[in-house]
Amino acid sequence: MASTRTSAAATPAGRTLRKSRPRYGERLIEGTLFAAALVSIVTTIGIIVAVAVPTVEFFRQISLREFFTGTRWTPLFADPSYGVLPLVGATIVVTVIAMIFAIPLGVGAAIYLSEYAGDRTRRVLKPALEVLAGVPTVVYGFFALKGITPFLREIWPVGDGPAIFNALVAGFVMGIMIIPTVASLSEDAMSAVPRSLRDGAYALGSSKMLVATRVVVPAAISGIIAAIVLGVSRAIGETMIVTIAGGGQANLSWNPLEGMLTMTAFIAQAGSGDVPTGSIDYKTIFAVASLLFVMTFALNLFSIRLVRKYREVYE
Amino acid sequence: MTTTIARGTSDSPVRSLRGGRRPPRELLFRIALQASLGIAISFLAVLLGYVLWTGLPRLDADLLLNMPSTLRPETAGAQSAIMGTLWVITLTALITVPIGVMSAIYLEEYADPTRWWNKVLDINIQNLAAVPSIVYGILGLGVIARGLGLGLTVLSAAITLSLLVLPVVIIAGREAIRAVPNSIRFGSLALGATKWQTIWKQVLPAAVPGTATGSILALSRAIGEAAPLLLLGALAYISFNPDGVLSQFTVLPVQIYDFIKQSREDFVPLASAAICVLLVILLVMNSLAIYLRNKFQRRW
Repeated sequence: MASTRTSAAATPAGRTLRKSRPRYGERLIEGTLFAAALVSIVTTIGIIVAVAVPTVEFFRQISLREFFTGTRWTPLFADPSYGVLPLVGATIVVTVIAMIFAIPLGVGAAIYLSEYAGDRTRRVLKPALEVLAGVPTVVYGFFALKGITPFLREIWPVGDGPAIFNALVAGFVMGIMIIPTVASLSEDAMSAVPRSLRDGAYALGSSKMLVATRVVVPAAISGIIAAIVLGVSRAIGETMIVTIAGGGQANLSWNPLEGMLTMTAFIAQAGSGDVPTGSIDYKTIFAVASLLFVMTFALNLFSIRLVRKYREVYE
Repeated sequence: MTTTIARGTSDSPVRSLRGGRRPPRELLFRIALQASLGIAISFLAVLLGYVLWTGLPRLDADLLLNMPSTLRPETAGAQSAIMGTLWVITLTALITVPIGVMSAIYLEEYADPTRWWNKVLDINIQNLAAVPSIVYGILGLGVIARGLGLGLTVLSAAITLSLLVLPVVIIAGREAIRAVPNSIRFGSLALGATKWQTIWKQVLPAAVPGTATGSILALSRAIGEAAPLLLLGALAYISFNPDGVLSQFTVLPVQIYDFIKQSREDFVPLASAAICVLLVILLVMNSLAIYLRNKFQRRW
């Protein structure tokens, strides 16, 4: 190959800067690589087709009105009813509980790692936080159901306490699981805030806490919100914790001490049985999955846009 | 990176002027921040302690040698699940790593980022990375297992998990390739190498440690996934090891989930012990990733 370049250079001046001959091998390689990159596009199309087709068939049988405004969810019963609100309500309850823990703890951990911790502390604590993200979710579910819930039922001071399957413990454990997601993206955003902003605030006499809360956090706010939105998306989509510890009965209630069935838990529960293809039960799983996909898809796109925004400002 | 510049504020000049006197509000704030990290990390410690403590009575040879059983939790094992996990993850690696690395090369070395289709590719990959794993299970159920008729086999599980972790592999690969300085590429091109020769002989070897680390971390995510495989219809209590890619199988997370579902309390030690095996496999893979990163990482 090198020799062809040399000979090309030896030809009259007009040809040296032009390509001497087309390289079909190189084009072929580029084409192959592009095809590999297309696999991810095909995946997205595959997901959309996989959820959309049975969903459309579902709505031929069940009206949109019944699905979105009905308050009873009993699709697998003899007297089926297809109101999705109990599933959406349960998902919201669990997600809100998870974020009550994940937002303050995640952002707090991020401020500490970015503004307070020395290099050596950070090198120990960051990987430890990442381990939390690497623990499989069945393990979290197991710990919630067999470890935390019995303990909580024993020490509960007033009233009946949480049921064996309940939204509170599932949400709490999920919140802990999401801390690394919120913390690591928020910390990236805070670290991208230029040092000059901090120095300016120090020069005006600000204390360390004021610099963190009034300068760094506001400057990194779009990144922090992106992290939180991504955390919400993960909470909505998380399956095993709620399937194991959240309960299996659809329940339109805002009481977190009760068991309730989230959208993901319904999909896992109904989908793990041997449902005949094309039956209304089968289509129901896909209808709920469509709703889940649309919700998380919107949140993810919003989060990605926010990240791009703060990158444009400071990088 | 900007990170190193922005950090290190802990020794800012202001404190020395203050003479160490700090108002209580500052101290409380600092304690609150430390507590948030402390809560997260002590939760991890308690969780690991609980699993180890409850699993200890069943961490024995039976666990590795016997097949899962609903009847005799005191001697039941998880051998078919462990072998199933190894089969599935090996096949997943064979599918996802080549496709992921090739996509990463295309996006970093060939793609013109101003073209709309390349922007779509980029955003699509970021979005796929955050799609819930259960949705990949829906894809596996509707398209791979039933649409293509692959059923519940090692192959259909591996394809589903490959698509699930592909975005993570691509993102890791892109970062590794981006970290190779342009001077290496220009040097190679100036010596007359073609674009592909430059990538194959210079860029890729330099990007191997980063790619390998990222791929191993992605695969360890796949090992812990239960939800998508549940949807494929994964069975528990399979009494044989897989003998090919079209064999039926079960994997550790699914088997653990089924142990947890049993109402008898003597399944708790068995579930804990199986979790310990799963965590040990993850620990080995993560250690390997860290070892590779430290041993082969080059600073330019």
